[in-house]
Amino acid sequence: MSDESKSVVGSLAHVGITAKYNFLNYFRARRFYVMLAIIVIITGLLTTLVGYYRPPSFVGGDALGFYGAGWGSFASFVVVLSAAFFGGDAISGEFQNRTGYFLVPNPIRRSAIYVGKWLAALAASTIILGVFALAMLANGLFYFPGSIPWEFVESFAFAWVYLVAAMSLAFAFSSLFKSSSISILMSVILLLFVFNVIDTVASLVAGIEPWFSITYAAGIISDVLNVPYPAHKVVTSLGAGRRFTLAQFHATIPEGLLILGVYFVVMAVLGLVLFERKEFTS
Amino acid sequence: MAPSIETRQLTKSYGQFTALSGLDLNIQGTKCVGFLGPNGAGKTTTMKILTGLIRATEGTALINGVDVVKDKKAAMASCTTIIETPEIYPSLTPKEALSMLCEIRGVPRQERSKTIDEVLARVKMSEWADKKVGGFSKGMKQRVNVASTLLSDPEVIILDEPSSGLDPRGMSEVRDIVMSLKDRLVFMSSHLLAEVTEVCQEVAMIDHGKLLVYDTIENVTAKFAGGGGAVEVSFAGDVDEPLRARVSKLPGVTSTTKSNDRHLIVKFDPAAVTQDKLLESVAGLKAGALTFTRASGLEDAYLSLIKETL
Ligand SMILES: Nc1ncnc2c1ncn2[C@@H]1O[C@H](COP(=O)(O)OP(=O)(O)OP(=O)(O)O)[C@@H](O)[C@H]1O
Ligand SMILES: [Mg+2]
Repeated sequence: MSDESKSVVGSLAHVGITAKYNFLNYFRARRFYVMLAIIVIITGLLTTLVGYYRPPSFVGGDALGFYGAGWGSFASFVVVLSAAFFGGDAISGEFQNRTGYFLVPNPIRRSAIYVGKWLAALAASTIILGVFALAMLANGLFYFPGSIPWEFVESFAFAWVYLVAAMSLAFAFSSLFKSSSISILMSVILLLFVFNVIDTVASLVAGIEPWFSITYAAGIISDVLNVPYPAHKVVTSLGAGRRFTLAQFHATIPEGLLILGVYFVVMAVLGLVLFERKEFTS
Repeated sequence: MAPSIETRQLTKSYGQFTALSGLDLNIQGTKCVGFLGPNGAGKTTTMKILTGLIRATEGTALINGVDVVKDKKAAMASCTTIIETPEIYPSLTPKEALSMLCEIRGVPRQERSKTIDEVLARVKMSEWADKKVGGFSKGMKQRVNVASTLLSDPEVIILDEPSSGLDPRGMSEVRDIVMSLKDRLVFMSSHLLAEVTEVCQEVAMIDHGKLLVYDTIENVTAKFAGGGGAVEVSFAGDVDEPLRARVSKLPGVTSTTKSNDRHLIVKFDPAAVTQDKLLESVAGLKAGALTFTRASGLEDAYLSLIKETL
């Protein structure tokens, strides 16, 4: 047997190989172009509506106000959608579509497959997020030519950090469920609705800071476009004698980054452990 | 060191149900071993444990002496497999999918494209090498899967019903490929006893997750086919109970078993009746007998070992 001609491939190289071929698969799949189409539709609508109606919230103030109203309102949505689209079935798909039967019984660690797929999904989503940012930037420069506000650059960086955390969460879900559509749907519902409801209930009703929520932390994406940065806690009193108070929280930037970082780590570990234990049974 | 596949007290439970119970199997050397057993016997389960797709509840599985759970990377380094018709990323071409495996398995860069062209030619898929797998038929995909097991010069090849989904020519081509795999250990599950007889030197039979026998085909046939003969008779219509009873009463017949709706396995005692006399008396029933074939030794052994589940 020609053992000399075979070299042992390291796990780092395996991560790269898995990432490369998964990215190729993403890049050619219909899903990538559906995602691009969604971005084109959102930016197309924004561009024409803003161009036609010139709403003061967009063009009435300064460049920051414009980026806040456009990018700030939609960036999180784009992040959630691409994390769910590319990550939501990354692992469950290997089981449901049986592609794992081709890839897993090879001299490769499951963790290398997981990380490689994660990188591929992150790369595909980063392209989508980047296209959206460029489209917003083109609009912004049209109305407010000259300079790009630094806060927009920060906001993009935060959106990307949110993408990293959300991708980790979507992957964990894709390891948890066997069905692709369920794991995608769960990621979307959780990130678009459930966490938002939890944020609102926690702050407005219970009056506690939702420090445990990923979407609360993602608030820094739009908050950073407000100058000055919103106060950490805003209390409004209402009713007769001002007996009712409503609290509203804004994560500070270090706090927001920390929460997103914790989500990334916890979800990455959880997803990996689930995938390692998951069985290929039909 | 000779290639090997070993299971020690391998057990797999799904809740209350035991799919495999204490399977001990030790296969050493370069040869082809058929893995036989009725539906649900635990063949796929054994192979999935061996290749790290699922984990045993108890016991260990080793390939070339390496525990698959402790070090899957080393265990699978010179083992390739097809289990339950795998799927390939649909937007990749066979060339790309196979080069992914070449890279993972450490086939040197300069050899990759030559190796891939060779294995695709062997499964007659050369003209589809650059088309996306997504549009392939089941059998075409299975051919690419067969090609994938030939990459990287494996010492051990584990095949779970490799000819499933293939057309008749495809089946015979896979048989030829398996027979050409010299200097390797091939472990292949199959329901096609003729295929197993043709390509394998040894067989392991399991039922209800337990090993019944592991030996050379000659020994298994000699031990379990019984001194008696067996023929398979096919009928124009369904074999009903009265017809089975009539055949059973023919002189020299020792037992009858329905192998499917229109087929009857008839065992007879050669001392009491010769095969030609039996044929005459079956035809004499005027019950619509169409064909009359001698069951192969392996089939006979299989039927006598696994009759309880039929
Ligand atoms: N995920 C599962 N949950 C419960 N039982 C299972 C599961 N997977 C397999 N089994 C059971 O384990 C037993 C063995 O199945 P296995 O697939 O190994 O059989 P097999 O010998 O390959 O059969 P076949 O010839 O039909 O392919 C079967 O009874 C099956 O029902
Ligand atoms: Mg099976």
